[in-house]
Amino acid sequence: MQIPYTVEARPDTGLYNAKLGIWLFLASEVMLFGALFSSYILLRTGDPGFMTIPHDVAEALGLHGEAHRWSDELSVPLAFVNTLVLIFSSITIVMSWASLRLKEFGKFRLWLGLTILCALGFMGIKAIEYSTKFAHHLYPETSNFLGIYFTLTGLHGLHVVGGLIVLVYLWGPGSKMWKTAPQRFINRVETVGLYWHFVDLVWIFLFPTIYLL
Amino acid sequence: MSGHTVEEIRGEIRRYWIIGLALFLLTAITVTVSYLDVAPGLAVFIALLIACLKAGLVAAVFMHLISEKQAIYALLLLTAVFFAVLMIVPIGARASIIPH
Repeated sequence: MQIPYTVEARPDTGLYNAKLGIWLFLASEVMLFGALFSSYILLRTGDPGFMTIPHDVAEALGLHGEAHRWSDELSVPLAFVNTLVLIFSSITIVMSWASLRLKEFGKFRLWLGLTILCALGFMGIKAIEYSTKFAHHLYPETSNFLGIYFTLTGLHGLHVVGGLIVLVYLWGPGSKMWKTAPQRFINRVETVGLYWHFVDLVWIFLFPTIYLL
Repeated sequence: MSGHTVEEIRGEIRRYWIIGLALFLLTAITVTVSYLDVAPGLAVFIALLIACLKAGLVAAVFMHLISEKQAIYALLLLTAVFFAVLMIVPIGARASIIPH
């Protein structure tokens, strides 16, 4: 059976089906992350002690003196580097799509390969961040702030892993489609690119609201 | 998009790099401001303003929403309405509009 509108646009939407499909999916993702951000705002504004580390926990962490904030326990330099890595990956993935449109398959593989490396780098830094927290016995159940921190960054990390799987497929076995159905392959890369930019977009809000404020 | 000429695509590529550079700079500004002694309310405002600006650039240029089809705009308008409801819930709860 032939799947319709994988290359040419549907007359009523003006879009090929996968593009409308990915935007519908991203709309549902906005609601998923929106609900979590909404919970975060509610918890943070509703509890005056939400950001404060209890005295006994602070002592156990070796923090003395005046009140300490949970966000001070997060590594801003690591998160800053991760932000730059994700932004760079947004450039590289759009470059891989542009390369295909210019019929430069070698460059496409180079740019998509760089995107994959960025995704691996992001997860590597995230792993360092998480392991530091666990080494200090800081877990999601430790406080509401850490619960939100692990839920939001963990869910975002799962999205990076999901995207990474698709990127590796399109770089490797999936790229055979370039020879048989080039325009369909270009559309596939555009679609995964839209997803990847959304993952970057979520991080753009996560970084300041969790690490900096 | 695939119907574009080689020159047009090369123009798009230049735009991608300019926007990427702008995103790097805005990220650096966000971090710098967070280390300055700014009132908490103002710090939240600046951080969210820059985040919205960055998100707008990603959506408009990288996700090419600046020149998309009507169907996608309609879909995103509906999403924005429901997203606004989600954001109003905590504000409404704080303002005691929504009973606890």
